[in-house]
Amino acid sequence: MRKLLIPIQGDFVAPRFDLATEIFMARFENGEVVGEPKTIIMERPSDEGLCQMIVEEHITDVVCGGIEELHYNFLVWKKVKVLDGIIGGWQMALEKALSGRLQQGEILQQNSDEPLSL
Amino acid sequence: MMPKFVPETATLLEGIPYPAMILDDTFRIVAMNRLMEAMTGYPLDRVIGIHGELVVRSNTGNSRGQNYSRVLQTEESLSVSGDIINCYRRKIPIQYTISPVKSESGVPGLLVIAEDTSARVDVSKSSMRDFASEELIGYSPKMQKVFDMIPLMAHTDASVLITGETGTGKDKIAEIIHRESDRARFPFIKINCGALPLDLLESELFGHVKGAFTGASRNKPGMFKLADRGTLFLTEIGDMPLPLQVKLLSVLDDRQFIPVGGEKSISVDVRIIAATHRPLREQVRRNAFREDLFYRLNVLHVHLPPLREREGDIRYLLDHFLEKYTQALGKTIVGFTPGVMQSLLDYPYPGNIREMSNIVEYAANICKRKKISKEHLPPYIFEKQESEILNEEPEPDAPRVEASVTNIEEKRNGETGESWGAIERQMVVDALKEHGGNRSKAADDLGWGRMKLWRKMKKYKLL
Repeated sequence: MRKLLIPIQGDFVAPRFDLATEIFMARFENGEVVGEPKTIIMERPSDEGLCQMIVEEHITDVVCGGIEELHYNFLVWKKVKVLDGIIGGWQMALEKALSGRLQQGEILQQNSDEPLSL
Repeated sequence: MMPKFVPETATLLEGIPYPAMILDDTFRIVAMNRLMEAMTGYPLDRVIGIHGELVVRSNTGNSRGQNYSRVLQTEESLSVSGDIINCYRRKIPIQYTISPVKSESGVPGLLVIAEDTSARVDVSKSSMRDFASEELIGYSPKMQKVFDMIPLMAHTDASVLITGETGTGKDKIAEIIHRESDRARFPFIKINCGALPLDLLESELFGHVKGAFTGASRNKPGMFKLADRGTLFLTEIGDMPLPLQVKLLSVLDDRQFIPVGGEKSISVDVRIIAATHRPLREQVRRNAFREDLFYRLNVLHVHLPPLREREGDIRYLLDHFLEKYTQALGKTIVGFTPGVMQSLLDYPYPGNIREMSNIVEYAANICKRKKISKEHLPPYIFEKQESEILNEEPEPDAPRVEASVTNIEEKRNGETGESWGAIERQMVVDALKEHGGNRSKAADDLGWGRMKLWRKMKKYKLL
């Protein structure tokens, strides 16, 4: 079983890893969420704190927006699969990540006529 | 009727020397220039129609477009500093400026400029400040104190008063404070308060409206308006006429003023740096300078020590100026003879750095050898030293001492007042005389080629 973490901001993947305070976490297997996903509100944004949480929670996959090289390398070193630079709604990012179709740096339009806005 | 010229947005954006983009009224990206594409790492065709902040990813408190909303509502530009994380995972410090714009049909939008300030931040990160590249050299404890104060003064908008003798580098410090500050992108305007008569100075500072006085054929914005959002450097503030001091004080208090002959007050956001070589406290005591203005300007005070108090710096500065002038002149002078070095170290430099620079420039021009020796220095240096030795004896009549010093000063000024052109002309004449008019030998003696000598002779009308 794998465990996915997405820093979010409202309906969106948080634009920045280091500024995110809402964290979505879910266990998944064979492209399906297992159990109840949870959302954590951090007391204050902290990239170090988030990295620590990822390690302590045994997260295997991270989907995020902008992340600094330092933290990206740390997570990769910790064997976490990181898909960063994602722009768009977190629900769609989750669906695509679970099905293995999400790509690094992907910009997710809800539909082609509907532009994204915060 | 001529057709109205409307520039194309994309072309206009490319003309901006910083990463820039245009957002519509819902903050979606409409256009961006190549610099913005390069900085964010996203090409326009991928992000068109996306909320600007999702692409820029700044930490400027704009995560939900709050700054964008504010600018759209108030229709006033906003400039904040922070950083972004681009798609290459690089954190880039930026100055984020958001300005309101309108389409031809009047629909509001935003112009967003994200200036990469890495260079500025890198410099300010180093704990030991190195201003040598700014030609600000000093290792003495007194100068280090000044250098330590620069970042502090740069990171506030409080008024700064720089005092110090003539030639100590007050202008340079003011410029550096501005350049290191958040106002660096805006104008740094310098005005000499002692150089202009009252009316002219008032008009220069505050501007005038058309018809305010004879000859005012058009509106003139004035230095305060020109320096809006930047820094106004008032040098020789101690010489500012009293009536203008009142007006300056009111501008500093209210941040607005009325141009000469105008009726409408103009609001400005200007940081003031003032400098003087006069003892301002003393002037306040003599009622030559307003006390309230003095306290208003003297929020942060930096005193530049005279060269004679900067033990250890003289040698560095001499080397620096020698290198500078030998390079400029294409010469190969390697240093000073020990005797000359001692004389230069002992000299009191009443004109401070400016005087030292002139002395070394003179010597570098005159010297034709590898090392600068006594005969290459301006003679007044030794006269002064000799007179000081004479004056070391107890002098019962103090005014006479003063008089003798004044005479030497006058003489010195007279000598230094001679331009380099006149000195060079005399050198050519002397060399020609010495060699009986033989140009080859004269050129040889001067260390020049025949062509150069001919050019100089033509320049000084010696042909």
